[in-house]
Amino acid sequence: MGNGSKVTVEDVERVAELAHLQLAAEETAGMVKDLNAILDYVAELDELDTTGVPPLAQVSELEGAGGAGSLRHDVIEPSLERAAVMPQAPETDNVFFKVPKVIER
Amino acid sequence: MLSETKTAETAGRKFVEKPATLASLRADIASGSVKSVDLAARYYDRIAAINPQLNVYLSLTQERALGQAAHIDALAAKGDPLPPLAGIPVGIKDVLVVKGAPATAGSKILQGYRPPYDATAVSKLEAAGALLLGKLNCDEFAMGSSNENSAYGPVHNPVDIDRVPGGSSGGSAAAVAANMAVATLGTDTGGSIRQPASFCGVVGVLPTYGRVSRYGLIAFASSLDRVGPFAANVRDAATLLGIIAGHDPKDATSSRVAVPDYAAESDKPVAGLRIGVPKEYFAEGLDPEVRAAIESGIATLEAAGCTIKPISLPTTRYAIPTYYLVATAEASANLARFDGVRYGYRSPSSETLNAMYSNSRDEGFGAEVKRRILLGTYALSAGYYDAYYLKAQKVRRLLADEFQRAFAEVDALVTPTSPMPAFKLGEKTGDPLAMYLADIYTVTASLAGICGVTVPCGNTAAGLPVGMQVLAAHFKEGTAFRVARAVETAHG
Repeated sequence: MGNGSKVTVEDVERVAELAHLQLAAEETAGMVKDLNAILDYVAELDELDTTGVPPLAQVSELEGAGGAGSLRHDVIEPSLERAAVMPQAPETDNVFFKVPKVIER
Repeated sequence: MLSETKTAETAGRKFVEKPATLASLRADIASGSVKSVDLAARYYDRIAAINPQLNVYLSLTQERALGQAAHIDALAAKGDPLPPLAGIPVGIKDVLVVKGAPATAGSKILQGYRPPYDATAVSKLEAAGALLLGKLNCDEFAMGSSNENSAYGPVHNPVDIDRVPGGSSGGSAAAVAANMAVATLGTDTGGSIRQPASFCGVVGVLPTYGRVSRYGLIAFASSLDRVGPFAANVRDAATLLGIIAGHDPKDATSSRVAVPDYAAESDKPVAGLRIGVPKEYFAEGLDPEVRAAIESGIATLEAAGCTIKPISLPTTRYAIPTYYLVATAEASANLARFDGVRYGYRSPSSETLNAMYSNSRDEGFGAEVKRRILLGTYALSAGYYDAYYLKAQKVRRLLADEFQRAFAEVDALVTPTSPMPAFKLGEKTGDPLAMYLADIYTVTASLAGICGVTVPCGNTAAGLPVGMQVLAAHFKEGTAFRVARAVETAHG
């Protein structure tokens, strides 16, 4: 981490593309500045030796018997009706979601 | 949002009003001396009168509240047994879905969305007799510490309308402080219940991770998100937690641990409890008036027969960087679902599907949400995953282990909830990192999954509330409530 590696305009543009965000040029400049400030700060974590420490993604395991631990039985249960869900879509024929063309030419 | 004569109109604490207790309201409704429909009407009148100044509610659900009120009144008239929250007016943070009501999450990207189902915590409140008044303002997707990131304008602190209410559950805290609801639901990912509760002078509860179902909560960071209550006093907050807690087949992370009678737990005396005071929460950067108020609260606990034990939690200083890596990584994945296809906002002019995705997201998300999506995507991207996300998960383990060792020696920890009282609107908006640092005392419990309560513990000379944070081990909410009760009795 850190190593003086600075986030560049190109990095932000690449990450924005991964995240499907279309940033304006001035937005990108602001994000470069903010991400560098934040990443400089999080570089403090390098001070800690975490050799051999198992990562903790979810605390349920720490809660022991109290944790979630068990999944529901694998049986089909009713879900929301299509008629209740489809009208929320910006564009729909009430069976399918309609979107602009998928393939660019 | 503000009227032109605001300075003259709003001198002093004219918006602060303490709601009646659950017990007294319920007794009035059971006896028939107060009609639930009249109570609902009184709350809607008050909301209509002061919401223009405070911007607490984003939408109201009158029809549903009044229907429930009529049902409660009919039960009371027949002399039937009343459910525990019969006729109690409550508000819901707008990241929890209420069937048919707008659900914005404080974001433009969810404009127009009316979810076809209820969140589990919401349906449990209503099943217990509560009236759902409406949806409460919050930071966009619960990302913020001041409520200034809402696409629908900031909430103003009822104690001083030039100050922030805290965030992200600013509307939930302000609603209780201004008696625009008797109690509310909020959510806490890194401090979003505790910090606004402390800024507004009310009680807020961070339940243990898994204690309350997250079904129907619009996700920010799934391993950290919790749903919890705000109330005007500790006992009522304990009652509310007992109602919304419990296993839910619709949330695989919800726990099967039995739900105790939290209100009864909160009645128990504190004598004999061992209270840890972690020195890292009293270091540089703590406002001297906040320190003095918390030290006075600690003296109260000692006088009540608690053993006060100074302890050290040295990993605390790494909690903010750990939190902002874990939370943003999870957010970048969770917020991928907002794409203009199934619900909410779609950019009107896009030639292709890919352009429609990115235009909708660019126009729909605010600056802080974009910043966090970018940070999270960066931390998860090829070449950086080990250095950032994996490293943060390892430090998260160290933090959690440190709390477990502490709770082998003490029953609860007490700290300030926030290093400073409510700050001015606009004071920190230019510097994202300074805003993140406001969460310094709350993100630790979030990462470890433990529970906590924030309770009013005096005021600054300027009259701004100070909150004491009481932390306890997983599923030890009862202990946190007991300690908070003792502090409230002396300082509330």
